[in-house]
This record gives sequence, C-alpha cells and structure tokens, in this order.
Amino acid sequence: MAPPAQSQRSPSPSQPSGKGEVSDLKSQLRQLAGSRAPGIDDSKRELFKKVISYMTVGIDVSSLFGEMVMCSATSDIVLKKMCYLYVGNYAKVNPDLALLTINFLQRDCKDEDPMIRGLALRSLCSLRVANLVEYLVGPLGSGLKDNNNYVRTVAVMGVLKLYHISASTCVDADFPAMLKHSMLNDSDAQVVANCLSALQEIWSSEASSSEEASREREALLSKPVVYYFLNRIKEFSEWAQCLVLELVGKYVPSETSEIFDIMNLLEDRLQHANGAVVLATIKVFLQLTLSMTDVHQQVYERIKAPLLTLVSSGSPEQSYAVLSHLHLLVMRAPFIFSSDYKHFYCQYNEPSYVKKLKLEMLTAVANESNTYEIVTELCEYAANVDIPIARESIRAVGKIALQQYDVNAIVDRLLQFLEMEKDYVTAEALVLVKDLLRKYPQWSQDCIAVVGNISSKNIQEPKAKAALIWMLGEYSQDMHDAPYILESLIENWEDEHSAEVRLHLLTAVMKCFFKRPPETQKALGAALAAGLADFHQDVHDRALFYYRLLQYNVSVAQRVVDPPKQAVSVFADTQSSEIKDRIFDEFNSLSVVYQKPSYMFTDKEHRGPFEFSDELGHLSIGAESTGHASQSSLAIDDLLGLGLPVAPAPAPSPPLLKLNSKAVLDPGTFQQKWRQLPISLSQEYSVSPRGVAALTAPQALLRHMQGHSIHCIASGGQSPNYKFFFFAQKAEESSTFLVECIINTSSAKAQIKIKADDQSASEAFSTLFQSALSEFGLP
Amino acid sequence: MISQFFVLSQRGDNIVFRDYRGEVQKGSAEIFFRKVKFWKEDGDGDAPPIFNVDGVNYFHVKVAGLLFVATTRVNVSPSLVLELLQRIARVIKDYLGVLNEDSLRKNFVLVYELLDEVIDFGYVETTSTEVLKSYVFNEPIVVDVARLPSLGPAGIFMQGTKRMPGTAVTKSVVANEPGGRKREEIFVDIIEKISVTFSSSGYILTSEIDGTIQMKSYLTGNPEIRLALNDDLSIGRGGRSIYDYGSSYGSGAVILDDCNFHESVHLDSFEDDRTLTLVPPDGEFPVMNYRMTQEFKPPFRINTLIEEAGPLKAEVILKVRAEFSSSITANTILVQMPLPTYTTRVSFELEPGAVGNTTDFKEANKRLEWGLKKIVGGSEHTLRAKLTFSQESHGNIVKESGPVSMTFTIPMYNASRLQVKYLQIAKKAKNDNLYRWVRYVTQANSYVARL
Repeated sequence: MAPPAQSQRSPSPSQPSGKGEVSDLKSQLRQLAGSRAPGIDDSKRELFKKVISYMTVGIDVSSLFGEMVMCSATSDIVLKKMCYLYVGNYAKVNPDLALLTINFLQRDCKDEDPMIRGLALRSLCSLRVANLVEYLVGPLGSGLKDNNNYVRTVAVMGVLKLYHISASTCVDADFPAMLKHSMLNDSDAQVVANCLSALQEIWSSEASSSEEASREREALLSKPVVYYFLNRIKEFSEWAQCLVLELVGKYVPSETSEIFDIMNLLEDRLQHANGAVVLATIKVFLQLTLSMTDVHQQVYERIKAPLLTLVSSGSPEQSYAVLSHLHLLVMRAPFIFSSDYKHFYCQYNEPSYVKKLKLEMLTAVANESNTYEIVTELCEYAANVDIPIARESIRAVGKIALQQYDVNAIVDRLLQFLEMEKDYVTAEALVLVKDLLRKYPQWSQDCIAVVGNISSKNIQEPKAKAALIWMLGEYSQDMHDAPYILESLIENWEDEHSAEVRLHLLTAVMKCFFKRPPETQKALGAALAAGLADFHQDVHDRALFYYRLLQYNVSVAQRVVDPPKQAVSVFADTQSSEIKDRIFDEFNSLSVVYQKPSYMFTDKEHRGPFEFSDELGHLSIGAESTGHASQSSLAIDDLLGLGLPVAPAPAPSPPLLKLNSKAVLDPGTFQQKWRQLPISLSQEYSVSPRGVAALTAPQALLRHMQGHSIHCIASGGQSPNYKFFFFAQKAEESSTFLVECIINTSSAKAQIKIKADDQSASEAFSTLFQSALSEFGLP
Repeated sequence: MISQFFVLSQRGDNIVFRDYRGEVQKGSAEIFFRKVKFWKEDGDGDAPPIFNVDGVNYFHVKVAGLLFVATTRVNVSPSLVLELLQRIARVIKDYLGVLNEDSLRKNFVLVYELLDEVIDFGYVETTSTEVLKSYVFNEPIVVDVARLPSLGPAGIFMQGTKRMPGTAVTKSVVANEPGGRKREEIFVDIIEKISVTFSSSGYILTSEIDGTIQMKSYLTGNPEIRLALNDDLSIGRGGRSIYDYGSSYGSGAVILDDCNFHESVHLDSFEDDRTLTLVPPDGEFPVMNYRMTQEFKPPFRINTLIEEAGPLKAEVILKVRAEFSSSITANTILVQMPLPTYTTRVSFELEPGAVGNTTDFKEANKRLEWGLKKIVGGSEHTLRAKLTFSQESHGNIVKESGPVSMTFTIPMYNASRLQVKYLQIAKKAKNDNLYRWVRYVTQANSYVARL
C-alpha cells in the first residue's frame, strides 16, 4: 500500500486534501480509545474504514499511528484486521512507533483462535523493519510447528519475509532447514507449496555465496524431490500445481521411460480450465522431449487443440496470453499448423494486438495448398476500415509472396491494391511491389505497366514515394514517362520534406540519365544543383559525390550508381535463431509475450532462479582475463607435469585432427561466426561424477580444456546449469570450430552444439572434444 | 509472483491498492494509467494486457468497467497473472453479488480482507470462495441491483424475459437474503458465443462455437451433483482436419473439437455415459469450456444490396432473417455497416409497422447502425438507407464499405445442440425446496457478412 507523499496526487473535489480531516480523525480516535461503551466497536469500525480509505487514495495518515495502536486493543476481528493492514503499511516509515505494535502482535500470536494467531504472525512479519527482526524468530519458530495448517502456511511465508528483511537472521535461526523438513513432510498441500516457493527464493539468492545453498537448490531438482511433488500433484491447488510444473520443467530425466511416465501422469492437466496450468504442462512436455524429434512433434499435435480452446474461452486478456504462446509455436513449426489456418483468421471486433499476432501466424503457415485462401482472406482485411490492420494485411500478402515460388496470383492481387483508391493501400502496395521486383525481376513488365499509371501526386507517404521513385529510376527505359515524372518531382524539390525521398530522387535521376541521357540531362542538372544546396547533410554529400563522379568519368559513375543487380534470394530475418531459441527456452514467461529473451527486459536478479547470465557480449570482457590466467596456470601445470601429457592408456582412435594450441579469436569475430554458421553437430554426453564435482570451480574446466587446445571465450551460469563457449582452430589452417557447451550438474549431462568452418571435420572434432571432456576431473 | 495489486476506476482513481513486496515504486498506478490511456506504441489501438515500463511489468484485465492490475519485476507466467486477476474479480463478485465501482467502493475493507488471504508476499494462496469464507469476516454491503445494469455472463438472463429470477444470480454467496433464510438453488447456464463469417454470396466461410457451462451454486452442505450431457456427444475429430465439415451435419451427433474442465469435475463416467460428477464449490465457476467447428445452422441470414442511384447517391438495403423457431425471440440486436468515407448523409426508411427499431449514422467513423429490440423466430426485417456522397464513387462503393456485422442475444437457444439432459443433486432429503435452473443462451461473438 502506498504510504504516499501528499504531493503525488493533486487533490480533487472527491478526494479530500487531508490535513483537516486527518486531525479530525485523530481526535475522534482518541475519544474512542479509552471508551468501553456498548456499540463502541461499530463506531471504531467506521473510523478505521475512513482511515484506510484515505490511505488507499494516497493521503498520508501515518500521524495517526499512535491512536490506531491504542484503539486496536479489541477482540473484534474485523477491527483487528483493519488495524493490521494499517500497521503493515506505515511501520516501515515509522520504525519507532512500530515497536509499539510488537507487544500486542506477539500476544496475539499466542491467541487461542488459530485465525488470530495466523493474522498476527502475518502482520508481524510484514512490518519490514530491520531492527525488529529479533522479535520475529520466536513466533515464527512456533508458527512453523503450530497444529493449525493456516498458521503454518502463514509462518512459511513469514520466514521468506524475514529472509528479505534480514537474510542472516533467517539463516542463523536455521529456518531453511525447517522449511525443507516441512516441505517433505507436512500433510497440508498449501504448506508444502509455500515451502517450495520460499526455498526456491532463499536458496537461489544464497547460492552465489554458499555452496551448501547451491547444493540444496540442485537437490530440489533431484529425482526423489521431483517425484514426491509429481505424485501429490492433484492435492495441490491449481496455483500450486503451476509451481510444481515449473519445477518439473527444469528436471532432466535420466531415462527415456521416465519421460513417458511423467507425460502420462500429467496428460489430464492439459484439460484443465486454468490456462496457467495448461501452459505450464505444455512447457514440461516440450522441454522433456527436446531431444526426441518425433515425440516432440507429436507433442505439438497433442497441444494444438487445448491451446485453441484456451484461446477461444476466457477473457480477451487471457486469450491474448495464450495466443502469444501459440504464435511462438506456429513460428517454430509452421507446417504442423498449416491445416489450422482458419483459426488464425481475424475477427472484426478483436483488438489490434491480437490481429497482428494472427496476421503473422497466417503469413507463417501459408504453403502451397492454402496460400490461395489465406491471401483471399488477407485481401478482405486490406479493405478494412481499421487502417493499421489493413496495412499489416497488405504487408502480410507481400511477405507470403516473398516466401512462395508460385507468386503469379499474388502479384495480380497486389496490383489490384495499387488500383484501389485508398492512399494507404496504394502506399503499402508500392513498397511491396518494389521488394517483389528485387526478388523476382521477371515480373517487371506487368508491374511497370500498373505502376506507370500511378500519379506521383497521389502518393504522400515517404516510404511509398521512395519506392515509386526507385522503380522509376530502375526501370526508366521501360517506362515511357520516367524522365518527365522525375523532372516534375525535381521541380518540387523544395516541397519535398523527406530526406529519404530526396536521396532516392538523386539516385533515380542518375540511373535514368545513364539510360536516356538526352531526355534526362536537364533534370539531372537541376537535381544536382538542388542537392548541392540542400541543407540535409546526406543529401548534400550524395549530390556532391555524384557530381564529382560524373566529372571524373561517366562510365565509372554508371558502374557505381547503376550496376547490373542480382535478384535478392532471401530478405534478412529480423531475429536471429539464437534469440528465438532463447525465447523458446523461456516458454510460459513474459519473454514469449514481448518476443524478447528475458535479459532484454529484466534486470539480472529478477530473471528467475535458473537463468544464465551468459550473454556473450557481457562475458567477453571476463573471458579475456580468464584467457590470460589459464595460460599462465597452464604453464605451471606443465612445469609440475600434471597436464595431459600423462595420457591415459591407449586412445581408442587416434584423432586425425590436430588443433592449434595457440589459437586466437576475438569475441567479436566469435559472435559473428556463431551467428552466421549453421549448427553442424549437436550432441549430448554424460559427464563423469568426478567431472561434476570438479565443476564447483568452473575455471578448472577452462584450464583443462585449454590443455587440449580448446579455448574458452565466455562462460557463465550457476549451479546446476553452466554454459561455456569454446573455440579451437586446426593446426595447419585457420579453420575454426565453435562450441556451445551446457553442463547440467544435477543430471550430469553436457549438451554440445558445434559449428565449424569446415563442417566435414566436425565429427572428428566432436570426438576430440568428448575425450577431452571425459578426462576432466580425473586425478 | 506479483509485487502489487490494484484496482482503478475508469478515471484512474485507486479504489484498492495493495503492495505485497515493496519492489515496485509507489507511483506505479499513475504510470500504468497514463500508459494505458495514451497508448501509442505500434500505431493506435488499445494497450495490450501486458506491457513493460522501465523494468516493471504491468498486467491488467478489464472487468465491469474497472481495471484490475498487477505489477512485478520478475519474468513470471503471463497466463498465471492474468488468470489470477480474473479470478480475484470473480471472488469479489461472489462476495459482493454485483461487481462495479459503487459496490467496490462501499466494500473496499472487505476487499482488502480478501486480498490478504488470496495473496501472501506475492504468491497465490487460494482463490476459492469456499476456502476464503472461513477467513473473511466483513459482511458485504449489498448495493441495490435493481437500478444497475448487470455485468458478466449471467446478466444476460435479466434482459427482456421474466422467465428467470434474474436478481438471484446477483446475490452474494455469503450475505443472507432479506427474509433471513437462504434459498436453496443452483444455476446451470449454457452460454454459447458464436462466430460466423459469410462470403458475399452467403456461403459460410468459417464458423465456430465457443461454449461454457457455467455453474453458480447456493446449495448448503455441498451436495454432489451429476450433470448428464447428450449421449451422442463426441470429442475430438480424430485425425481429420478440423474444418473438414463432414456428413455429420444434420445427423444429430454433437461433435466438439475440444473441451476442458474445472478442477472439481470428475470424469470417471464421462467416457461411458457423458456424465460429469462434481461437488460444486461456492460461487460462480465454469464447469466446462468447449469449442466446436462442426457446421451448424446460423440463426440469422443477412442480405445486403447496394445500388448506385446517380453519381452522388446510393441505396443500401439490409435484410435480416431469423432462421430459428418462432417460439424463440432474440433480443438486443444491433446491425452495423461501415460506409464509404465520403458519405455525408444517410436517410433511413423502415418497413411500415416496424417497432422497437433505431437507426443511426455515426458521422465520426462513418458507420450505419440499426438496432432492433427483438426479433421473433421466422421473421424477416428490412432497412433501406439512402446515402449521399461528397464525391463520385467510381463504382467502388462495395469495396469501400462493409462488412456487415451483427450482435445479438438469443435466450433459450443454443446453436451447438449440446444439452444438459438432467441435473441430479444428491441430497440428504432434508429440504425439498430445491430450485434448479438450467438456462441456455447464445450470443454473437463475431457475426459478419461480407459484401
């Protein structure tokens, strides 16, 4: 609740400004405090209500603290609750006065009525005053052992609150261990669930400083604990089920049969009316089957119907959240959803953020068999009264055209758009036609015939105007009027506000000049003069550049400005596959709704307990220093004779591949290569128990791998998940191998992705890598 | 895990504000409201239900004209938070009987009491009205429902027909009736929202029914209830494409594409005899949600005719035909059609003897609106509209107007033919004054005819 500065909100007639009213309340409370008249509780209730309502709208009533506490000596539970609410709100800003409440709260913690015990304990822990923590330990300890489950659920959350006020007090009192005991033994499911929430928070935050906490956190993901929760799942409330499912989603089973057992057990959760339960279940299914391509695909088929049902039931807000997840899946595997395209048709009354998602899905699922119907539907939207959506629809048609081979029919539709007399439709269509021509130059004849009929006067939007001008320049020999249209555009140079358009105009008139010099010469002269006088730096520079180029040599100028073009085969994707994978890993979180991985919108401590901090860019600085450190320590290793030279017995197959032990690669190049190269090999190895144990100091692995001429460029993560990026180079040539290695210490598995300049060698490199890894931790 | 929860009025006033973790700054309600009110990102349109400002994630749902908001800095499950907000609204409604700004302001102390038990330190404890009853002590101050338009799905039963004791559904689950004694009753509502898109030639392009069986129980002692659905109900269309309209049309079988169930529902005998068994918790909840794309007979046919009448004039003729039994009456019908942007004036002509019709031309968004109070099954209604343009239309009128859309409510009608065959209450025969209400209603979700 807001203990609010008065300045925050300007007083409006309906909201009293405060001062006078607050002092009125104060004197009234004083009168009531001592009174024992019958019916006094009712008048107190009315007063308390007033106080709370002031508090809600943001009036500072903290000056009533003393009076409120005096009035709270009552057996009326409604009054007590209001008083607790008030105290919880203002204790933090009035730590001295908060001390006044400790007494009555502690007394209430021992009340006969479990309801009052629970309430008092909750309020006591909600004071958020650091110097009062000593008073919390006792009541919390007995609260955890209370025979009433309500009190115990409150106490468990109380421990977590205490941890946030004073972590050391909480840990010193050994509360985490008590929670762990309750988690595994309490009969009440809500107590168990609260323990899990609290322990996840406490141990995640302790893990960075305490090895024990980090081991405990790993233990939450161990088989016995996960199975304990799974077996009780139906006892939990739907919200606690979400918590458990989240935990199970991080569990890595050791055998395939486990995967099927878990999925069978959770199958009916897909029929739950609560979308959060269904999505959490889907995440488990998706994560479990990641490495089993066939089953993974079956999972997609299985979850389709429940997702579609959730999208169409519930409030528009809920359906948006589900639709965002469906969107992610459709984008990952469009072919699985290609027969369901009708579900992605927009309804006229849907909000535009929903329509946008649907348009993207329609674009993605378009294939040979459904394109005709999808494009027909999209064309309906293009005539829609909702202009932003009409624009998006036209863009969608264009995107479909760019991803299909048989664009015949689509081009016709686009050309029809050009003829529709709606500015924004023509504008969008022009931009698209331009892109289409860059990919399919063979369509130029048809398009130009239509584009030639468009009057440039009717086009106002800079993007569209630029597209039209580009086409005029590019196809000036086929468009009869091109030089004259350009000329009239140049005459209006002064009125053209967009620098982008003026830049295009300069280039177009140059191109036109090379093709039809006599007709364009005058216009070119005018354009260069206007360009040189232009106040916009880029326009001025380009005009000057063209002018000098022409002065130097016209044929060179032509080669620079108007070279023969190759058709564009693929337009660049806006999002890298790295980012898309990351979002998929964060299924059932905000990352999916924002279409961004969490590191792009949350600060580190709020990313959730099991996230990596492995953004390459962030770590490259650290990696450089580790590089030096490991080099020097390698030297020591060698001196002591502890390095790999003492090779274990006969190597199974002597690797043909030799690596350069002094390979270098800067982080920038690494990132670039990582983005460009496809994954040539992806594997999972087991890590020996000793290797896992040795990973408590991840630096050791870096040193070890360096001994095998495999260098680390970045590393990160916390137990149980570590992530490393390695690179290596061939000894004879500068062919590079890049490796992403994720080691999960609780499952003792390493997942490896290898990218290579020379893909044929990646198999050999993988063997080398695996043997190097398997030796890690050996004495 | 959430950090704050608050409810804002349409004007942006805090009605309830609860900070659970103190991780988000205090001005969050104002930041949120400003952002929602002046949403600018990605063009116009409404603010999405989830957005991020300076590292704080804001979630909101709109219920009864109020904004229910949660904030957090953590990367949580969006469905969980939105579902929670919706559920909090429902719990409050269960308690107050009616959920609106007035009832919330009168009962905000009770609402704080509820919120304390629903969420502790940002984690959800319970949203069950049943469980909450034992923790919550304030008595709701019931607002006068007679004057207020009811909200929520059950509200539609209060319109027009006096068949149902409409006010009963707006009573609180905890407050006693004026008479002192609680009436033993249970409401089962089958609510279907239908979406149909007709092509210009009247052919059905897409159709879908989204249905829910909603229950609200005021029975004491939590008796077990058995709910029997159609025997021939089948679920899933095994392998076939969902839009593969087969011979099933007219054969009588009801085929659902998919459905889901409330936690309390036992499906032990569902496979055998299509019976749902449950012990209904207090308050309102969906027993089952279902989705159907099997072809069905649309309740209304819409015919639109556009004729040019000179360079600056045209006539639009709209015909609506009700294709359901004459014993059924649809109400609150609204037909809308966007007209070309250069339309300046519209004059309307109704059939002779038409009653309860309203016609309007909305100048701002150039939209024709035709409202009808009721339409009796089997009847047909026509509207003629004469349009005047400010510029020549070049024969593009059809391209620049439409599609025609329609909203309506049809009580005692359901398009899917899904039925509750019987509703059995296992009762210790103490009280025979049991009231059972099974009600059907169909509403238009997106009902569109293209030109």
